[in-house]
Amino acid sequence: MSQRALIHLPAKVRRGEVIMVRALVAHPMETGHRVDSGGQRLPRDIIRRVEARLDGELVFAADLHPAIAANPYVVFPLRVTGDGMLTVDWSGDRGFAHRERAEIVAT
Amino acid sequence: MNGRRTLLVAGLGSLLLQPATATPEAMRAALAAFTGGAPLRDGKVTLEIAVLVENGNTVPVSVRVASPMSAADHVRRIALFTERNPEPGVAVFHLGPHSGRAEVATRMRLATSQTVLAVAQMNDGSCWQAALEVIVTLPACAES
Repeated sequence: MSQRALIHLPAKVRRGEVIMVRALVAHPMETGHRVDSGGQRLPRDIIRRVEARLDGELVFAADLHPAIAANPYVVFPLRVTGDGMLTVDWSGDRGFAHRERAEIVAT
Repeated sequence: MNGRRTLLVAGLGSLLLQPATATPEAMRAALAAFTGGAPLRDGKVTLEIAVLVENGNTVPVSVRVASPMSAADHVRRIALFTERNPEPGVAVFHLGPHSGRAEVATRMRLATSQTVLAVAQMNDGSCWQAALEVIVTLPACAES
């Protein structure tokens, strides 16, 4: 399975500013409520948790349920106090785990 | 023969098109688990979602809460619920003073036309809500 993920930050970030961070990960988010053509229930396979850390400190988290669309997209706010490394972790069913990093350079 | 096949396909289609919806009890339980029993008050919360949705598989939704987001007064969590999806819970977003602003967005699934509910929990435990009635023309989970 591909594990491509994306963190999008504004092109220019100023110290003290509140920015919106957009995070996206490629994942089918199989609900566990669907039935295949043979009448078999497709087992649930979703991302359950998204966690964002700035220099190791938790700054945002989300608990996701099957009602989140495929390729989960989450937008969250973050107050920028200076330069830092933003890390986003996605985890879920079947041991899914993916980490993506984005460097924040404040002007 | 053609008629029989049509009937068969139609029967199968309706079977796949009707997902079980959450019961009102399940909705109440999910809400109570989030609020901890605090009463839901109207205001502070702005829920943005299209009133007429063509594709229930991916519906942009955003929630904004009026809050200074200071250490003393901030939004702790924002939750989204649906009345008639198979499960009432959609997502819970955890925020804090470092967020700077109480605003989140995502893309959700809607199994049918229904009410979408956003609830914000402040750091003092009080809970505020906003709800919108959404009409869905192509429901989620329609394809197998």
